[in-house]
Amino acid sequence: MVKFKIHDLNIWFGSIHALKQVNMEIQSNEILSIIGPANSGKTTFLRTLNRLNDLNTNFKMTGAVEIEGEDIRGINIEVLRRKIGMVFALPLPLPLSIFENVSYGLRMHGERKKKKLEEKVEEALQQAYLWEEVKNRLEESAFKLSGGQQQRLCIARTLAVGPEVILFDEPCSGLDPISTAKVEEAMVKLKQKYTIVLVTNNVKQAARVGDRTAFFLNGELIELDRTDKIFTAPFDKRTDGYIRGKFG
Amino acid sequence: MKNPYRTQNIAFFFLFLATLLIIIPVGLIVVVIIQKGLPAINWQFLSDIPRQGMRAGGILPAIIGTLYLVTGAIIFALPIGLLSAIYLSEYAKDNMLTRIIKLAIVNLAGVPSVVYGLFGLALFVVFLKFGASILSGSLTLGIMILPVIITASSEALESVPYSFREVSLSLGASKWQTTRHIVLPNALPGILTGTILGLGRAAGETAPILFTVAAFYLPQLPKSIFDQAMALPYHLYVISTQVPNVDEKVRYGTALVLLTLVLFMNLVAIIIRYKFRKNKKW
Repeated sequence: MVKFKIHDLNIWFGSIHALKQVNMEIQSNEILSIIGPANSGKTTFLRTLNRLNDLNTNFKMTGAVEIEGEDIRGINIEVLRRKIGMVFALPLPLPLSIFENVSYGLRMHGERKKKKLEEKVEEALQQAYLWEEVKNRLEESAFKLSGGQQQRLCIARTLAVGPEVILFDEPCSGLDPISTAKVEEAMVKLKQKYTIVLVTNNVKQAARVGDRTAFFLNGELIELDRTDKIFTAPFDKRTDGYIRGKFG
Repeated sequence: MKNPYRTQNIAFFFLFLATLLIIIPVGLIVVVIIQKGLPAINWQFLSDIPRQGMRAGGILPAIIGTLYLVTGAIIFALPIGLLSAIYLSEYAKDNMLTRIIKLAIVNLAGVPSVVYGLFGLALFVVFLKFGASILSGSLTLGIMILPVIITASSEALESVPYSFREVSLSLGASKWQTTRHIVLPNALPGILTGTILGLGRAAGETAPILFTVAAFYLPQLPKSIFDQAMALPYHLYVISTQVPNVDEKVRYGTALVLLTLVLFMNLVAIIIRYKFRKNKKW
């Protein structure tokens, strides 16, 4: 099933043309990896999906992004962001306790019942493989966790809201290999329930977890195909060059 | 060849000397005022009305008057200052109007305090017919400390990392929820500190209250906000220049009380800042 349909998407920040004429589809329950060198528009693309770019005052967009056939600009922005969760590049806990971090989204959506919040928090932490490590210290500040734990906390916080899609923006860029493996393991399990879009600077990570891989260069979508195809027989020689580490 | 260690030491010496010089005036002021004023301080001085043409008795009406004025100024200035700071730092788009507002705030901070006094006289005392009263004086002081509160609050709000706002919004919280639950609680210590520093300034100013509230001599305590009141800085001015033969220790005693009041407020601000900084989680 098609989750996102993107038509003729163009994005500008002031005079910078950040995304050029992007057309693609994102399937439900897949992990779509997005690779490309710095400034290729990967993160901009990701932030278009949950309309986080709108915070930028000189942002301009043409074309359309549809989620299940509905234009994202026609949906109430809070509802849209509840549907499309995001995990940022650096672990960014809010300055609250572990429990308050995970329950934040739910509380902001009006959930008051303590019992219900506790259930949801446990469920989300389980899904992010963090529950066992924090179940006895939920009232502690989230900043006391290690970097890897903080990033899994951020995943749990996103899951607790009950999204359909999760956007990962280089989620392992600040993590050690073991924490990275844990986050990747979580992602692969999560795709059964969620659609995942993963922006990564780590080509090997895209090869490990992505069902399909998209290659962006200078704001253009160069190629999008099954991951094994991209990594063995890419259509475009620029893709091949990037994967082999010739540039970027 | 120059010896780098020697130039390093010379630089260090001058930097340290300049810093040390800051302590001297503060230390001297405090020492002189305590030395000359402390003998005047006793229970009667703090709790009695002025007697014998302000040459004896106490300064209670001035203390109470200053407390009233400061409280009134804060009731007026904190809500307006805080709300406009939130608007400016969280909501305002960077356009012509916003820039004009910001320019106005900067200029408001630069207006000499005696001009505030005249303005308060014209607007509150005469035009709005509040008369020379605590109300007029509080409003005038409030306007004077508004830029202090707005600037301190804006800075405190802007010092909350932008990423927190993005995270909160990305979880589907509204802009107001983000401001209310994430930005504001983390900016609170800075806002409080700025407010208290503003209060300290309001407590010590003479010019804005000169035409709007201050009474030369008023042997009873004010009964309503439409009454005139005595105030410490003005009282100090009066007994230092307008009334002959006032004992030196009465003057310095009054100065000591005013100084203690202002330093106490600053101390509270420092304690708040210290406590919150210790608990700061990022």
